[in-house]
Amino acid sequence: MSILIDRNTRVMTQGITGKTGAFHTRLCRDYANGRACFVAGVNPGKAGETFEGIPIFGNAREAKEKTGATVSVIYVPPPLAAGAIDEAVDAELDLVICITEGVPVRDMIATRNRMRGKKTLLVGPNCPGVITPDEIKIGIMPGHIHKKGRIGVVSRSGTLTYEAVGQLMELGLGQSTCVGIGGDPVNGLKHIDIMRMFNDDPQTDAVIMVGEIGGDDEETCARWIKQHMRKPVVGFIAGVTAPPGKRMGHAGAIISGGKGTATEKLAVMEECGIKVTKNPAEMASLLQSVL
Amino acid sequence: MNVHEYQGKEILRKYGVATPRGVPCFSVIEADSAARELGGKVWVVKAQIHAGGRGKGGGVKVAKSLDEVHEHASKILGMTLVTHQTGPEGRLVKRLLVEEGADIAKELYVGMVVDRATQRVTLMASSEGGMEIEEVAAHTPEKIHKVAIDPVSGLTDPQADEIARKIGVPDGSVPQARNFMHGLYRAFVECDASLAEINPLIITGDGRVLALDAKLNFDSNALFRHPEIVALRDLDEEDPAEVEASKFDLSYISLNGNIGCLVNGAGLAMATMDTIKLFGAEPANFLDVGGGATAQKVTEAFKLMLKNPAVKGILVNIFGGIMRCDTIAEGVIAAAKEVKLAVPLVVRMKGTNEELGRQKLRESELPIISADNMADAAQKIVAAVAGHQGYL
Repeated sequence: MSILIDRNTRVMTQGITGKTGAFHTRLCRDYANGRACFVAGVNPGKAGETFEGIPIFGNAREAKEKTGATVSVIYVPPPLAAGAIDEAVDAELDLVICITEGVPVRDMIATRNRMRGKKTLLVGPNCPGVITPDEIKIGIMPGHIHKKGRIGVVSRSGTLTYEAVGQLMELGLGQSTCVGIGGDPVNGLKHIDIMRMFNDDPQTDAVIMVGEIGGDDEETCARWIKQHMRKPVVGFIAGVTAPPGKRMGHAGAIISGGKGTATEKLAVMEECGIKVTKNPAEMASLLQSVL
Repeated sequence: MNVHEYQGKEILRKYGVATPRGVPCFSVIEADSAARELGGKVWVVKAQIHAGGRGKGGGVKVAKSLDEVHEHASKILGMTLVTHQTGPEGRLVKRLLVEEGADIAKELYVGMVVDRATQRVTLMASSEGGMEIEEVAAHTPEKIHKVAIDPVSGLTDPQADEIARKIGVPDGSVPQARNFMHGLYRAFVECDASLAEINPLIITGDGRVLALDAKLNFDSNALFRHPEIVALRDLDEEDPAEVEASKFDLSYISLNGNIGCLVNGAGLAMATMDTIKLFGAEPANFLDVGGGATAQKVTEAFKLMLKNPAVKGILVNIFGGIMRCDTIAEGVIAAAKEVKLAVPLVVRMKGTNEELGRQKLRESELPIISADNMADAAQKIVAAVAGHQGYL
């Protein structure tokens, strides 16, 4: 067990022939069970061709019908990314992971509205992806820094997720699944959704939750944890030093109207019984202390 | 991306949002003739800078004669306007908006934002116009009314009318307020705005509904489809370092401390800044070199940080994933040599080929201090800067 994806997941890549899509599909295929997992590509202009042995289809529905793929990963350029998500949702896939950075917010509002009542889950956009170590990696994270284990990691930031994983590895702690939910203001699964899944996953013993300034997803998740979570959770929030009104790299990482500060988030998390640290070098050691 | 008030109003007028008549001016002579052209007996001379709080800072003046227009324009144009949003250094005023004076019966507030929780554009309105909406939200939240707008049906007439009545628009002006809100919503969506604030929206003595001020921000991810909005960009209103950084695809923000930091990834960059603060110093900048940190990018990043005279030390924190640490090390060494680095440099690298990376740093024989983890790195740079300053 794990959450969202495992060795039996079958994946199609939307945007497989682009530079980024090709590069990362190769790395994902070469990771663990990737050769069996990455079964299809999608590109309407190149249907019938293959990408290094992976068949390319004209659309997501056809790729699903012909290969049994139920998960998609998206690398298409920002102007087309929301449309690619729509296509995957219309094909009734289980999960879509959108790596693309820079998708217009208006497009995401329309896409999220279309997704209401549909079964497809979305991770991202603007995220590193999802990895279940030693089974499958879908996304742009470095696979070799991970190993199989029992700690869940959920984060809005890419490299900060790798940092948490790196620290866990130094303590010999492997991961069940690591999920980068992305840094955009309008996106798919949030901290709370991933936390629910970790709570129900028998293979996850504890969770590191990494947040950042902007919005109130971390607070919402913290309140849920207080009521429902049966496993220890530790947290870190990036951006204590971030000035208000400045967008810190991620479109969603901005303190606006005095809301969404790191201090406020940390306070709510502590109130809800989550052990937090202000020192990002201590994420894994803090987690070890609660096991 | 931000635009000036007069540009925001020009955009809004295209969508049927009523504003007072006004003319943007770049000189006092232009202001004089603008006032004559507009006619009437009362004018408002408004400094055009991207920061809010202009009135309190002395950047907005009412004139009751053409001589007063001339006087105010001479004073405001070229002044360094300090508001709570400009910081103590203030902003040089290079543009004015001269508008006809309005007969204000009521001041209200209407704004639009993208709400993350509902994932919809949300209309916010209040009877408390002319005040900071954050203040209203903090003290009298019951005076703020919100409606989440369905992206398919858009803002409906009943929604607009209900909001108008709740904030105290007189019955006779409700149809105008409805049109105003429809126009604002269409402008927001069609121009890919991320924020719109009309504060105040006024009801005039004769019942007209006008945008007395207008603040519009646009989603930078959507600018590719709005060349007409990109053309409104005013580089004078942006931090030159941030403009320079964007040319090299670096994400950079100036801060007030003395330790420059160069990091890959926005979250890790913020975490690095936080760690510097945790150990008693302040970061001089936020700098995300992104995923593909090439030697050239790292060199440009070093140059950028060192343009800030406050920088007394540099902390490099890289998590090498796809990008290998030895490649990063080569970039750091090349950059340090090219800029003839004269301040302490601490490098912390983690991930792919980290040992090889460290070895390269050692072999370079540059005075680079290696660190094991983020906390160690922050402590080392804070100590080095303290010692360096003591030495000087």
